[in-house]
Amino acid sequence: MAVLEILTYPDERLRQVSDPVEQFDATFQRRVDDLEETRLAGPGAVGIAAPQVGWFQRVVIVDVSGRKKTRNHGHLILVNPEITEWDGYAVGREGCLSVPDYTGNVIRAEKIHLSALDREGNALSFDMDGFEARAVQHEMDHIDGLLFLDRLVSRRQDLFQRKVYK
Amino acid sequence: MSNWHMLTLIGKDRPGIVASITTALFEAGCNLGETSMIRLGNNFTVMMMVDAVQGESGLRKVLDPVVAELQLVLHIDAIEGGLHHRPVPNVCILVHGADRAGIVSQVTTRAADAGLNIVDLESDVAGTGASPIYVLQIHGVAAQGVEAIEAALAPLQAEGVRVDVQSVDTLIG
Repeated sequence: MAVLEILTYPDERLRQVSDPVEQFDATFQRRVDDLEETRLAGPGAVGIAAPQVGWFQRVVIVDVSGRKKTRNHGHLILVNPEITEWDGYAVGREGCLSVPDYTGNVIRAEKIHLSALDREGNALSFDMDGFEARAVQHEMDHIDGLLFLDRLVSRRQDLFQRKVYK
Repeated sequence: MSNWHMLTLIGKDRPGIVASITTALFEAGCNLGETSMIRLGNNFTVMMMVDAVQGESGLRKVLDPVVAELQLVLHIDAIEGGLHHRPVPNVCILVHGADRAGIVSQVTTRAADAGLNIVDLESDVAGTGASPIYVLQIHGVAAQGVEAIEAALAPLQAEGVRVDVQSVDTLIG
């Protein structure tokens, strides 16, 4: 296992669209472990995507289970993930390991249906919402070469876009 | 070595003010840091952190032509510290109600006593002249937790002010 270097904006490699995973071999398993170790070494990241460490395949890790009052599906390694349904939207504040010292408001779908493979290549499917759905959308942007900076909305004009949770 | 200054410029709003100011600064070799421009009433207002080797008197010379042409008022302070000191807010407070004197004072005093450090505050008077409403948005760092702010502001609801305190969960991914 190894903690890998995180690519930071404006590194052009972060703009690359990643390729699907086809081999679930030992090399792949080692890379997944390194990706997770790198996430854990960072400052409180609830997710990481393979391109952030210069690995241009469609792999993301999300784990929001450590947060209070947050619905979640535990620790997720998502390979070749696809969002097949979206519902609602919400404004939330995001930051990124690849964009140090900046946070901003981003609109994301409130609920999603997600299909993916696990690290062995078995099919997974989830209905998720809220913070976990936001984390998945943030990480999936990375495998399409997008950053939250591409989706920033005004920090001042969000009053009537906010969704109130009670 | 950086030489940070806080520039404050205000004047009657019109298109092109930011362009004129920043072009003059750029051509003089100055570098911008964090800035905030907002229109308040009919007034243009901007505050900008500027790294300028010229110092205060040099900056004044650089901006004098623009200030004269656009009829702005310029204020300059040398400031300590530079970039990358921005705290991440963990609470958002929305307040609105019929406009009356003292809303900001009451909200911010109670919130400060409950540990709030304001990062960003904006307020507006909206509605109609006959029936004005006041809208206040605050982002800040709640050192004693969001619940403490919520509890401190709750009594204001009884005075006809709608107060909504939400935690801001910043996702790092």
